[in-house]
Amino acid sequence: MERKSETSSWVRDKIFLGMTFPEYLKSNLTLSNGIAAIILIIAVPVMIYRFVYGLGPSTNLSDTNPWGIWIGVDVLCGIALAAGGLVMGTAYYLFGMKEYHNLVRPAVLTSLIGYLFAVFGLLFDLGRYYRLPYPMIVSYGLTSIMFLIAWHFALYIIALFVEWSPALFEWLNLKKMRTLFSKLAVWATAFGVIIAGGHQAALGALFVVAPGKLHPLWYSELLPVFFLVSAVVAGLSMVVVESALTHRVFKKQVEHFDNAAFDRVITKLGKGASAALFTYFILKVFGVAHSDNWTLLNTPYGYWFLFEILVFVLLPTFLFAYGARYKNVRITQWTALLTVTGIMLNRINTSLIAFNWNAPERYYPLWTEVVITIGVVTMGILAFRFVVNRMAILYDHPDHELLH
Amino acid sequence: MGISRRDFFKHTSAIAATAVIGNQTEVLADQKDINHTDRYGVLVDTTFCNGCRKCEWACNEWNKNPNQPIKAFEDKSVFNKIRRTHAANFTVVNRFINPEDSNPIYVKKQCMHCEEPACLSACFVDAFKKTDKGAVVYNAGICVGCRYCMVACPFDIPAYEYHEPVNPRVTKCTFCFNRTDKEGRVPACVEICPTETLRFGKRSELIAIAHERIRNNPRRYIDHVYGEDEIGGTSWLYLSTIPFEQIGFKTDLGKKPIPDLSKGFLFNVKVLEIVASWPLVFAAFHAIKKLRNRHKNEEEAAKEKKAEKYGKKV
Repeated sequence: MERKSETSSWVRDKIFLGMTFPEYLKSNLTLSNGIAAIILIIAVPVMIYRFVYGLGPSTNLSDTNPWGIWIGVDVLCGIALAAGGLVMGTAYYLFGMKEYHNLVRPAVLTSLIGYLFAVFGLLFDLGRYYRLPYPMIVSYGLTSIMFLIAWHFALYIIALFVEWSPALFEWLNLKKMRTLFSKLAVWATAFGVIIAGGHQAALGALFVVAPGKLHPLWYSELLPVFFLVSAVVAGLSMVVVESALTHRVFKKQVEHFDNAAFDRVITKLGKGASAALFTYFILKVFGVAHSDNWTLLNTPYGYWFLFEILVFVLLPTFLFAYGARYKNVRITQWTALLTVTGIMLNRINTSLIAFNWNAPERYYPLWTEVVITIGVVTMGILAFRFVVNRMAILYDHPDHELLH
Repeated sequence: MGISRRDFFKHTSAIAATAVIGNQTEVLADQKDINHTDRYGVLVDTTFCNGCRKCEWACNEWNKNPNQPIKAFEDKSVFNKIRRTHAANFTVVNRFINPEDSNPIYVKKQCMHCEEPACLSACFVDAFKKTDKGAVVYNAGICVGCRYCMVACPFDIPAYEYHEPVNPRVTKCTFCFNRTDKEGRVPACVEICPTETLRFGKRSELIAIAHERIRNNPRRYIDHVYGEDEIGGTSWLYLSTIPFEQIGFKTDLGKKPIPDLSKGFLFNVKVLEIVASWPLVFAAFHAIKKLRNRHKNEEEAAKEKKAEKYGKKV
């Protein structure tokens, strides 16, 4: 009997946030949860439908357009936006930039959840999803860029888990484990930098093998470099966007924060993003010049290309610089959102809009594809909130404050 | 600002690495014997094809694809649309119109069986094999269904069984590898062809025959054997009377094999990852040392505090 009450009090403390089950249920009756519930009530049956009836009835994919939004959005956008852990982990652990302390854990958690749900989203796309581990254990396609990505994803998810695990052990009150894994986290970060950089570039290299299919303005042998640099941009911007959102949503957890210091750090990140964006812009121009594609700019696809790099790359370069110069946090945050949108547009352009641009049939997603993507993202957000509400992500755990 | 500096180093080293390694791999590729003289091929002389589509019927028959009676293939209305290969059609014949004399030109389409296949190098579980005889064959037993082979194929050949919910396969022409393994047997399409369109043989011999035909009949053919050099060469070779882009071929593919595009990248990534690991290991050591020092200071501070409390000096 005593044992039972012990477990139930553990569940109460850890899972129900110190409330009884009815109280906990009641506390969850909010508008945002209502929206999430509606999304999931629609999305989960569609997910089941996909697995029961296959890709044919549940997607608009075809022999000419084998990849749709599950690759273009769930994987390509998801992984680019999950580069925050890479950027912040490097800055904090390896370069010792202590001012980013409060941003590291949320960034690492965002990345971990981003990667896990990108892989979850990928499951819907794979014809034989149940063979997901095949490239690790059954057969090795050593000449494949996809093989490199598969391994790097798997290894990086482990690295991110280790980076995040101190928060888990604090939550579980396992102090020795926490100390051990805090040290391992530094190694995981160093290891993570290598493999994260490698596979961010590899995602771009996926399209290097399809020179005839990708529009020449987007196709370049520099695609891996474009993807890597823009992932750094996306990581920095995502940290800004995500911190702006979490500070609003989880207000109580950041009550005691020094807001002035937070603002300083955000504009500083904007400065970094501005520099990275400018590098990216120059590289993009270099890409056009290298293939001598100037005349293509004066075509419908050219206008679309210019729209992408002027509005979503060059404009935010200046806006970030302005935000950093005049310490304007609002501008930095909105610019970060603009940049994140731009990186997503770039991934969608590369994989869907400019891909197969001259093919006889074009792809647009079926509603079921969109619903599943929205469902996957919603689940990711719920998972993020579940962890942030329970573990010391946004603040320092009281037992370990001194260590930082 | 550290990031942009790091990027700068990455880029310069990437460029340096490409400069050094890129050239080296090219040299290696040149030295490698890529003329597998034993490999078979098919020469498609589009000037002979009459569009009877019997090859489609024979292909379905041999590969046990859903088929129709051979009579049904006489229906010419399918030519109103340019068709491509699908899950149950490993080969299709399309009709193009010769702008010079308005005569129809029929072109058979199927897997080209590249000498250096893009699908093979794209596959992350190595489900494709180029056999000694020249066929590019697919192993459904390990395929995960990522469909990257379909993205990578420059000829848009592999198709997918989208309506198969549990065990979907990539499908494409098998070059009838399970027929040609016996002496004297040719692919089903070649066997049934009533005209001189399809000719099965050693690839090197077919190339010689193709050039001979062009030499003997320069008015009948344009001076180009499609598939001889395209993306490193293909087992299936084509002759045409008008430029190939007018009969549905991509002529901007170049001579470089598609796998070379990914090979260079994979090599560079590995080199960069190995090179970059050293500064990172150093940084990690440094970070851990700092962490340890901080622990020590904190412990000492805590001890001192304790000592003060008891009014003793340590």
